Amino acid sequence: MKHSLHPGAWWLWALGLGTAASRTTDPLLLLLIAAVAGYVVAARRTDAPWARAYGVFLRLGLLVLGVRMLFFALLGSAIPGTHVLVTLPQVPLPHWAMGIRLGGPVTAEGLLFAAYEALRLAVLLACVGAANALANPARLLRSLPGALYEAGVAVVVALTFAPNLVADVQRLRAARRLRGRSERGVRALLSVGVPVLEGALERSVALAAAMDARGFGRQAGVPRRVRLATAALTLAGLLGCCVAAYGLLGADGATWALPLLGVAALAAGGGLVLGGRRATRTRYRPDRWDARAWLVAGSGVVVAAGMVWAGSGYGDALNPPPVPLAAPALPLVPAALVLLGLLPAFVAPAPAKRSSATATAAEEARK
Amino acid sequence: MITFESVSVRYADAAAPAVSGVDLKIPEGELCLLVGPSGSGKSTLLGAVSGLVPHFTGGELRGRVTVCGRDTRTHRPRDLADVVGTVGQDPLGHFVTDTVEDELAYGMESLGLPGDVMRRRVEETLDLLGLAELRDRPLVTLSGGQRQRVAIGSVLTVHPKVLVLDEPTSALDPGAAEEVLAVLQRLVHDLGTTVLLAEHRLERVVQYADQVVLLPGDGQQPVVGSPAEVMAVSPVFPPVVALGRAAGWRPLPLSVRDARRKAGPLRERLSSVPVPAATATEATGEPLAVLDRVGVRRDAVRALDGVSLTLRPGEVTALMGRNGAGKSTLLGSLVGLHTPSSGTVSVGGLTPHRAQPRTLLAQVGLVPQEPRDLLYCDTVAAECAAADGDGGATPGACRALVEHLLPGIGDDVHPRDLSEGQRLTLALAVVLTARPRLVLLDEPTRGLDYAAKARLVTILRELAEAGHGILLATHDVELAAELAHRTVILAEGELVADGPTAEVVVGSPAFAPQVAKIVGEGPWLTVPQVVDALGLS
Repeated sequence: MKHSLHPGAWWLWALGLGTAASRTTDPLLLLLIAAVAGYVVAARRTDAPWARAYGVFLRLGLLVLGVRMLFFALLGSAIPGTHVLVTLPQVPLPHWAMGIRLGGPVTAEGLLFAAYEALRLAVLLACVGAANALANPARLLRSLPGALYEAGVAVVVALTFAPNLVADVQRLRAARRLRGRSERGVRALLSVGVPVLEGALERSVALAAAMDARGFGRQAGVPRRVRLATAALTLAGLLGCCVAAYGLLGADGATWALPLLGVAALAAGGGLVLGGRRATRTRYRPDRWDARAWLVAGSGVVVAAGMVWAGSGYGDALNPPPVPLAAPALPLVPAALVLLGLLPAFVAPAPAKRSSATATAAEEARK
Repeated sequence: MITFESVSVRYADAAAPAVSGVDLKIPEGELCLLVGPSGSGKSTLLGAVSGLVPHFTGGELRGRVTVCGRDTRTHRPRDLADVVGTVGQDPLGHFVTDTVEDELAYGMESLGLPGDVMRRRVEETLDLLGLAELRDRPLVTLSGGQRQRVAIGSVLTVHPKVLVLDEPTSALDPGAAEEVLAVLQRLVHDLGTTVLLAEHRLERVVQYADQVVLLPGDGQQPVVGSPAEVMAVSPVFPPVVALGRAAGWRPLPLSVRDARRKAGPLRERLSSVPVPAATATEATGEPLAVLDRVGVRRDAVRALDGVSLTLRPGEVTALMGRNGAGKSTLLGSLVGLHTPSSGTVSVGGLTPHRAQPRTLLAQVGLVPQEPRDLLYCDTVAAECAAADGDGGATPGACRALVEHLLPGIGDDVHPRDLSEGQRLTLALAVVLTARPRLVLLDEPTRGLDYAAKARLVTILRELAEAGHGILLATHDVELAAELAHRTVILAEGELVADGPTAEVVVGSPAFAPQVAKIVGEGPWLTVPQVVDALGLS
């Protein structure tokens, strides 16, 4: 935690890489982006449990890739191709299902196109995974304004409950074995459902009691007038935003909708600030947005902006046409831009490296 | 600091009040210990101090509870958060954030303390509790004793005047318990904090108490007094008090040190008494289970490393060692929950992790640390019927076992509504229904009062006499001394001691029972042994 980077910086960097990935289907470029994200994660992640998120998201990405290819092979695609790899038996469908095809020829062009599209999604997931691995999502929520604090806590509690739930399921499935029943299969999973939910409920009640006893939800005495003003500002702001959005979508609203949107946003913001007065909370060691945070976030933004700019000049290189078949090429300028995303691996503070397992053992030994 | 004025609490669906007519004054800077059997209302009294009773639990509170001059009827728990710090039985259930430092700061953030004050107090508390090296660690990676210290630290940072703790040492190994108690004593002595704690393991805490409140249960009035006075009449007492009572020592010693001073004559008489022939004759017979240089890895940690152990029928073996030493892993690998990475496990000729759960059931049964994990059904009767089916026993066998082990458990009760002791008995009966030759128990005495513990000892002795092999993992040195023929000590996944209990535990500061510490020389481990030898009482 000491000298750790502002979590917002990591998220901006990761979102920048994600934006860059969403602008291209060139597989080499996409793999380069995933490699950049992976290198930074490997270089700068800690030993905390959430730091394993990158691997989980990578696996999720591979799953997406596989599912997408399977669906392509079954349903076909609109890409006209000449290189037929294999012809699946086609299922005849009634005429009301026209336009849908089940089975039939699978072309190399179509398969490649589907793979590129899926790869893009997988790389996006990898970028989100990188953000999760590098910045504790709970710490990001700590940077929320005071009025939204309670919503943030709800999310944090939910985030910590998921791993607990998984541990409960594993423990109870193991206990099934102790009763002489099989711990594998769907039935085993279903039979532990009720006890797991009971356990989760009990744990939430215990946590609520603990939080209450530790002062959660204490409120400062705020004058009635301020409370009323808060409610009025928030309500008016949200209403104004809705009306302005309606106007912007309509044909003739542009003249009055834009100013209204501005005023409404101000009112809602004022409501949040006033609402924050009721919360007596302070923040322990808030994350500072320092020069390194600027550099990390900046590198992500530059990669994203560069890729958007390259979209006009290198259109074909970034989105190679599926027909005719050709080996993908690596456009040099965009690739160089993507490499800028490596900056955090050098400027972000290095984590104190030590395996949590050996640390526990050392700690125990010391006692 | 804390006053109870004729306080009664009755929960919504309860027939009788949980506590009634409690009058109590706890002055500032005292360590007050609540003792009493399960269900006598200890947790209710603790909850009334922090305001969780009745604001959070519901129910009706009569009379008046004031803390630091604040009436808990008009102050919700969050309004008392700056004067009362509460730590429940399970520290993990207490944590709101995910790292040590954030957890210590959480309470102060809620109270809105300025940043520089928070920073200073976190540093002070890290030092006070010896947590400085753990400050960045995620809470889930901490050991039991570390978690308990973090939980205490997390309420200390707001500088509460009163600290309320529910069984702070029950789940801890002897060393970690000492650590936590040392911290509490330091708080009382140095900072003048008032500490109110409930604890079943009296042998660990009673010598630190300034005042003891005995809740006899059954609606009787609480007995309040100095520890020595209350222990003289209490139905629950640690071995040191039992020995003191039997030997007629006045005033009653509460600590091993006090007792040793008075024990000179006793020691002399004991040295002239012939040492009883070792009751634990070397157990013979076909081994029930053999572990041969077993290693188990869990999450890249060596949980077990080259452990060799043979378990025979009729023998009670205690498995001891600090939290995280690999005790549960050893039990788990005997029932096939873990696959050994090296070495072999053989239970009745079967390899547990490859055997069908059903065939294994007749060889070995495990009562897990949380007996509730074993119970799925919504009534005791349904649970017993399911156990008969699982174990291939005649219908009614499990129910008859429950009735034999602990009469008076209703058929329609939900297993969740049973007391800790009843639930353990039900789980044990479920396991025994399949008539396993080897019975394993993981921390069976956690949360049990002395009466439930005594009953468990009787049951396990009967089982051993009937030829079952028993292996129990425990932190409870007194239980091991009373029950176990043989003691095995694990450290860091390795077996460091294995032999007759009297030889292994005597001389070990952590694992010796109180009687052994008082009497010193000789194989004396329990009060009954000494009493029988000298013809006292």
